[in-house]
Amino acid sequence: MKIKTTTALVAGLLATTAMAADKSVTIASWGGSYQEAQSKALFEPAAANTGIEVKQETYGGMSDVRLQVSSGQVTLDIVASGSGSAARAAAEGLLEPLDYDVIDVSNFYPTLYSEYCVGGDVFSTVYAWNTDTFGDDGPQSWADFFDVEKFPGKRAYRGKVAGALEPAIMADGVAPEDVYEVLGSEEGIERALNKIRELKPHIDVFWTSGAQHAQLMKDGEVDMTTGWNGRFDNAKKDGANVAYSFNQALLDYDCFAIPKGAPNKDVAMEFLNEISKPEYQDDLPKYITYGPTNKAAYDTGEITAEVAAGLPSSPDNAAMQVPVSLEWYAEWETIAAEMYQEMLTE
Amino acid sequence: MTATDMNAAGLRRDERLERLKLFGLSSPAILLVLVILVIPVGWLFYVSFIGADGTFSMENYERMVKRKSYARIFRTTFEVSLLTTALCILIGYPLAYFMSQLPNRIANLCLITVLLPFWTSLLVRTYAWLVLLQKKGLVNNWAINLGLWDEPIKIVHNLNGTLIGMVHIMLPFLVLPTYGAMKAIDRDYLKAAANMGASPARAFWTVFFPLSTPGLFAGALMVFVLCLGFFVTPAVLGGGKVIMVSMKIVSNIELFVNWGAASALGVVLLVLTVVVLWIASRFLKLEQMTGGGH
Repeated sequence: MKIKTTTALVAGLLATTAMAADKSVTIASWGGSYQEAQSKALFEPAAANTGIEVKQETYGGMSDVRLQVSSGQVTLDIVASGSGSAARAAAEGLLEPLDYDVIDVSNFYPTLYSEYCVGGDVFSTVYAWNTDTFGDDGPQSWADFFDVEKFPGKRAYRGKVAGALEPAIMADGVAPEDVYEVLGSEEGIERALNKIRELKPHIDVFWTSGAQHAQLMKDGEVDMTTGWNGRFDNAKKDGANVAYSFNQALLDYDCFAIPKGAPNKDVAMEFLNEISKPEYQDDLPKYITYGPTNKAAYDTGEITAEVAAGLPSSPDNAAMQVPVSLEWYAEWETIAAEMYQEMLTE
Repeated sequence: MTATDMNAAGLRRDERLERLKLFGLSSPAILLVLVILVIPVGWLFYVSFIGADGTFSMENYERMVKRKSYARIFRTTFEVSLLTTALCILIGYPLAYFMSQLPNRIANLCLITVLLPFWTSLLVRTYAWLVLLQKKGLVNNWAINLGLWDEPIKIVHNLNGTLIGMVHIMLPFLVLPTYGAMKAIDRDYLKAAANMGASPARAFWTVFFPLSTPGLFAGALMVFVLCLGFFVTPAVLGGGKVIMVSMKIVSNIELFVNWGAASALGVVLLVLTVVVLWIASRFLKLEQMTGGGH
């Protein structure tokens, strides 16, 4: 009986794949309001315009891709990923090189695509503060964030090393343009960690997810935190008294990659080209305050000046931020993460 | 051959046959244990000796010695587990005793209230504690309104919050076996003790308590071992500062490019747990805990 059902199921699946065999891709992303935004702005309209059938899944990140590639059972054609983890996955040989003859990136910011991953949206790691505690004129730099005399109050900070050392080293007096040079040695990392050690008695929570740092601000559990800008905007919409600044923020991006051995690799390239076009990217900010990676998306008129001013990737905002260095993460993240854990467990 | 000899041979044959039948009956269970326990654990053990470059290496274990954080994480894990167990005993034993003295109908009602949290998802209960205990949560608000304290105090995002959440989740594991052991104690023993002139306290400590210990130890051991592998509750209520082994296993899977780095942690935790059980078995009679032999 069971075998019969399974056979029927497999046959059914085979039949559907056979019908859609000409053009279909499976995309995995992070779920939640983020994937909803991607789906509405990018995936669904692009599918309608190209006739490519899109199947969406949620996944747990590059460790899932690693499992699929190492077992030879790759089912995903496109994955949405953080730029740093994509760079590491590429170094491990888990990703297909992207064909930029197919994917048009001529209007992209040059730092927002790489050999293995093409940018999908731009976000920032910012400092946010409770406007009840500090008013609208909260901290204006990372130095202020680390200054508990000028801004007394409880902090939250990231529990992982990504995006945690740059603020500390800037607060310690390093100029934004020298951040990664200084962090490029164990001494430099230790210097940043020492700065965090100073602040640690005032850090109530080391957060582990975007939902968490948004909730911490919404509940007034802490007075100041680091975090991802889009989450704070959503918290604000929900009534949280929170503000943030792009000054000295870390400019980072999410990107799309193709796992090695993806079943529909060529269609995936074609689809990535489609969703990278400005006419889709200009819709993304309607659903989440993350910016487009294609500069031309600002010229279509869909993104109003007011909306643009609030996006991490608008030229004015981008100019005051530090672009995250993928090279640094590829070389130092593992070592830095272990050193970060030392600091956390002290 | 005499008649007795033939009889003895026949008995031996019967015995052998019975053993064979018993083995036959238990073989599915043995096979199951082999397939879902022994083989994966063996694989885990093997993988923990595979380094980043895919060859045999001790690097996953060397890392644990080199970096102090690993020792600290193991210490935190055992500390949190011990404290949770101790608190469960302090709260759970009197509760079980109280229930054992009640008439059956009321005791059953109490038992249901003890079991009720069991039927709610662990994740939901953990987040409920977060809502209750946070700075502007119900507990702090009520206490301030009642004038118990003036400023919100920090109950969660630290060890305290973690312990509150874990004790709440673990309590039924201690109460149930303890209550079972207490119900099995013959009341006439206590009457006999009183008859011989023992005060109620003396009768409790020399007669009742020792007879209830198999259940108590079984519960305590279960709580302790389950605590060692806890993930969600310390992750949510510990504020990122209470880091237990299971959390480090997850971060190692994300961080290192091979499964070995995480497997080695699993192996060390398993070995330490076995050591704890072995020590416990030296002092306590483990077979009593399963209800066999008195």
